[in-house]
Amino acid sequence: MDATLPASALARRSKEGPTPLFGAYGIVKRFGSFTANDGVDLEIRAGEIHALLGENGAGKSTLMKILYGLLEPTEGVVTHKGDIVQLPNPEAARRLGIGMVFQHFSLCENLTVAENIALVMPKDLSGRALADRIARLGIDYGLHLDPDRPVWSLSAGERQRIEIVRCLLQDPSLVILDEPTSVLTPGEAEVLFTVLERLREEGRALLYISHRLDEVRRLCVRATILRGGKVVGACNPREETARSLAAMMVGSAVREVTPREGGAVGRERLRLDRLSLPAPDLHATALHDVSLSVAGGEILGIAGIAGNGQAELFAALSGESRAPEPDSVRLDGKPVGALGINARRRLGAGFVPEERNGHAAAPLMSLSENALLSRYPTASLTRFGLIRLGAARDLAKRVIEAFDVRKAGPDPAAGTLSGGNLQKFVVGREIQAEPGVLVINQPTWGVDAAAAAHIRQAVIDLAARGTAILVISQDLDELFEIAGSIAVLHDGTLSPAVPAGETSREAIGLLMGGSSDHAPPVADVAHPREPMPSPAHAH
Amino acid sequence: MRLDLVPRTRRSPVLDILSSALAFVAAVLIGGIAVAALGVSPTAAFVTYFVTPLSEVWSLQEIALKAAPLALIATGLAFCYRANLWNIGAEGQFVVGGLAGGWVGVATQGAEGFTLWILPAMLIVGTLAGIAFAMIPAILKVRLGVSEILTSLMLVYVAQLLLDYMVRGPLRDPAGYNFPQSVGFDAAARLPYLMDGETLHAGVLVAFVAVVLATVVLARTLFGFEVRVVGASPRAARFAGFSDARLTLAVFAISGGAAGLAGISEVAGKIGQLQPEISPGYGFTAIIVAFLGRLSPPGILIAALVIALTTIGGEGAQIDLRLPLDLTRAFQGLLLGLVLGADVFARYHVTLVPGGPSSRTVP
Amino acid sequence: MTLDIVQMVLVTVLAAATPLILAGIGELVAERAGVLNLGVEGMMIFGAAASFAVAMQTDSTFLGAVGGAVAGLLLAALFGILTVGLAANQVASGLSLTILGLGLSGLVGAGYVGIKRDPAPHLAIPGLSDLPGIGQLLFGQDAFVYTAVALVAAVSWFLWRTRSGLTLRAIGDDHVATHALGLKVRKVRFLSVLFGGACAGLGGAYLSLAYTPFWSPGMTAGRGWIALALVVFASWRPLRVAAGALLFGGATVLQLHAQAAGLGLPGQLLSALPYLATILALVLLSLGRRGGGSLAPAALGRVFTPSR
Repeated sequence: MDATLPASALARRSKEGPTPLFGAYGIVKRFGSFTANDGVDLEIRAGEIHALLGENGAGKSTLMKILYGLLEPTEGVVTHKGDIVQLPNPEAARRLGIGMVFQHFSLCENLTVAENIALVMPKDLSGRALADRIARLGIDYGLHLDPDRPVWSLSAGERQRIEIVRCLLQDPSLVILDEPTSVLTPGEAEVLFTVLERLREEGRALLYISHRLDEVRRLCVRATILRGGKVVGACNPREETARSLAAMMVGSAVREVTPREGGAVGRERLRLDRLSLPAPDLHATALHDVSLSVAGGEILGIAGIAGNGQAELFAALSGESRAPEPDSVRLDGKPVGALGINARRRLGAGFVPEERNGHAAAPLMSLSENALLSRYPTASLTRFGLIRLGAARDLAKRVIEAFDVRKAGPDPAAGTLSGGNLQKFVVGREIQAEPGVLVINQPTWGVDAAAAAHIRQAVIDLAARGTAILVISQDLDELFEIAGSIAVLHDGTLSPAVPAGETSREAIGLLMGGSSDHAPPVADVAHPREPMPSPAHAH
Repeated sequence: MRLDLVPRTRRSPVLDILSSALAFVAAVLIGGIAVAALGVSPTAAFVTYFVTPLSEVWSLQEIALKAAPLALIATGLAFCYRANLWNIGAEGQFVVGGLAGGWVGVATQGAEGFTLWILPAMLIVGTLAGIAFAMIPAILKVRLGVSEILTSLMLVYVAQLLLDYMVRGPLRDPAGYNFPQSVGFDAAARLPYLMDGETLHAGVLVAFVAVVLATVVLARTLFGFEVRVVGASPRAARFAGFSDARLTLAVFAISGGAAGLAGISEVAGKIGQLQPEISPGYGFTAIIVAFLGRLSPPGILIAALVIALTTIGGEGAQIDLRLPLDLTRAFQGLLLGLVLGADVFARYHVTLVPGGPSSRTVP
Repeated sequence: MTLDIVQMVLVTVLAAATPLILAGIGELVAERAGVLNLGVEGMMIFGAAASFAVAMQTDSTFLGAVGGAVAGLLLAALFGILTVGLAANQVASGLSLTILGLGLSGLVGAGYVGIKRDPAPHLAIPGLSDLPGIGQLLFGQDAFVYTAVALVAAVSWFLWRTRSGLTLRAIGDDHVATHALGLKVRKVRFLSVLFGGACAGLGGAYLSLAYTPFWSPGMTAGRGWIALALVVFASWRPLRVAAGALLFGGATVLQLHAQAAGLGLPGQLLSALPYLATILALVLLSLGRRGGGSLAPAALGRVFTPSR
């Protein structure tokens, strides 16, 4: 690492006046042949919320990990009040007053709240004294926590509170927040914003990493935009439009998704009738009386915060979990609750799970083997138990061409593809079968904008061809973009579906937070007609 | 100092072979040092271990005879280990297979007339017994979630004690002067020799066929695909509609059956009667063989031959150089450890970062 | 008189339980940190052979015990390099360790087969050790037994009362999260593995220096595996490891007495009892825990490579 500041950084510093609290100059980080950060400069001042914007894969996480001492830069320096500092590990970063709120929480599920916080506290602070500090901070900032609860029993919002409290207990001068609202309801996000604004007023610096432009515009006056590992711009987000910011992030005008014109809705193809499933294990969510109905040509969106039963609902729909009553899941009128995933595929259903690597695809296996993975029951890829390798390769090739999957080599391992390309492959693999019913969980999670637009368009087009589509997503923007009607999953219970055009983000947000006293603004149109009246069934 | 491991995106077969070879060379070097420490010339030991056994017809046959059960058991185990299921009780399944099949041999001793059915019956009974014995840990795993590692291992001791009881009790040769052994089998209950006047018997062919069959099954069939997916990505396997429980039972049946077949082949081949010890630890050595062969049947065949070579060589070294047999066992354990360690170079880009973060401090 | 018979039985039960406690408590620490070391049997038998050899050479039981612990620790270091450093498969590495340990023990012990030593001395406090009914049990044991008891208490205290213990448990629960916090996952795991090895070696040393004061090949007879089962059975809690070990010690003593009494049961059946009992214990545990989820450390057996 260089011992002196690069000339460009020095020039910039002298120009911009006061010494920033933290600076990063000429940061380069290479992983083998891949350059994640390529000469990044960043200055953060006390008393500001500085936005770091960029698409997935732009290098935000890498830069943040360098600032928190989790990664060493290949080149470049980090400064604190003008002095070059070494950040060999997170402990050193914490000693300099850098705190971090992780996106994927760095919490141990089976330890208590207090134990998780104690892990990074000085050795002499523990037990009663620590619990007192947690309680005091909770009162101060409105971040209440029960120190003795095990983490697995807490909601995503509560878990984030632990992260924030853990960070604040170290009295940080810089707080790094990585996509902090991605797991929060709009209401919870409001609470978070209040805390963040308060921290700014206390004179702390905040580095706010996000791709949600409205939040950034609300909180920040300075933003640095990363694309492909390089700084491509700095701006005041309040002087930009969401569109211009997005264009800077993506590098070209964002491709718009063409919504479907009216379109006739066909007969009911997928139906859940008061499906209840116990939680498969301690850390999972039980489903209670979930009912829904999707007709051919219709896209039903399921909104909700992660961990409210999305994975369990998906498993019940796909047949990875069997329903106790066969009637509670119907495909084209046939009861399929007792059938496995392949039987449901043979009846014309297709499924795209949330996790690409390890669920939708086996990362160490080739694309043709991954084509085999979900399509062998429906695409005649086997004969007498023998795999038809040629047919599997052909199928993979067709998907790759139709969905513009970029890859290295003729038939590479799935794990070598970028997130967006692998997602296009697994979605394309199912759409290629022209399913009558398609269930997708988080269709564009962690996918770059171009790939996300491609996938959304393909889903809309599939619906236009008469397929019933169920999209589970945490991304409200996405749901409002593609879904005809939206229902909300909260704590394993599904609200009645309402037409997307007749509801609002706020109304959906309230339901996501579990406020059931707010009646849905519109009567449930997509709710299945009950075969017989049942007083127990909540409407 | 800090070791950085970055996963390789694709495994290269060249690196796989290279890292195994590297591990073997390292093990031989360490073994040489140990031999020197015991006061024996390492070169003399090398010749005795690795050259002499290859230079004589009888010892070549011995190598094949030792490699056959190892390859057969290890091939079965490869199905288990590929699927991330840990049957480490093949020794017990081997013993039970030999015992049950041998029982048929004892019961039919002296039978007259049509006796062609006896040998096939022994092989089938031995295989089925191995399967049945492997079903105990498999069912406990599937139904109750009991660790198959511990149960399958515990059952090895049970199997050995069962065999001991049987040959000292119900199956003892009444005319055997109270020696703990059964009657010798009739010729109809013995595996035929492949060549007149030599020791090589048909068990070697059985093992070879099993290896070829397993190669095809793993690479080309849907079942083989299932085994590979379950091991590599269990959730993806469930997404593909493969059932954990069914696969667990299947691979335990395969590995137990292979071990049982190896057991009865040994009893009906080399030994020709039941006795308290019918295995010099084949079931455990086969675990080394399976990993040494990287869980691929052709690799296992080669590994079995190498391990058999060191075993025969070790016997020679005991006689000629007074080197203890335990040296061979330690060598085999070390070799497995080194192969597993060397594997890291095939799976990851390894870089040693000098003076990594942990050794630096904030100024 | 009957009190003395009860005490005699309890003393023999405790003696049979001691090697299991020692090996089990060490493995518990390693598993709490997230590392499954199946090489306990190998470390234990190598410890038994090495300790006997050292004790014969130095004529010191203490140095012998130290030698046993060091022997176990060395094997564990090899395992740690493989699994913690090089991210090798823990199950396979553990098995290789068992095979290696068995081989090495044969090499080291080769010159000592058939030689007997005086067993490790027992504590003798005039007055106290002769107290009827409890004197021998409380004040007349050898140092291994007291060490085992002390280790159980110390490990309990360490895991639940110290920050380092908390760190260790956290790493066993989630190595990705703890690594992100900057905790030294690989260092803690490596040290835990070493501790486990030293304990297993000490357990082996107890066998050849105190329990049956001679060396014979294969003398651990699966005790390392039973210790592994005990850790599962004990739901990864130190006190329960001790309780489970006493239970198994009791079963062993019972089996020996039954064999001596000649109940007409085949000796092989009685010899198989500890193994069958282990399986039964695991089955009962699973039955009792159905639907309740596993209490195992969440990261147990999973390979960790620090991500970028």
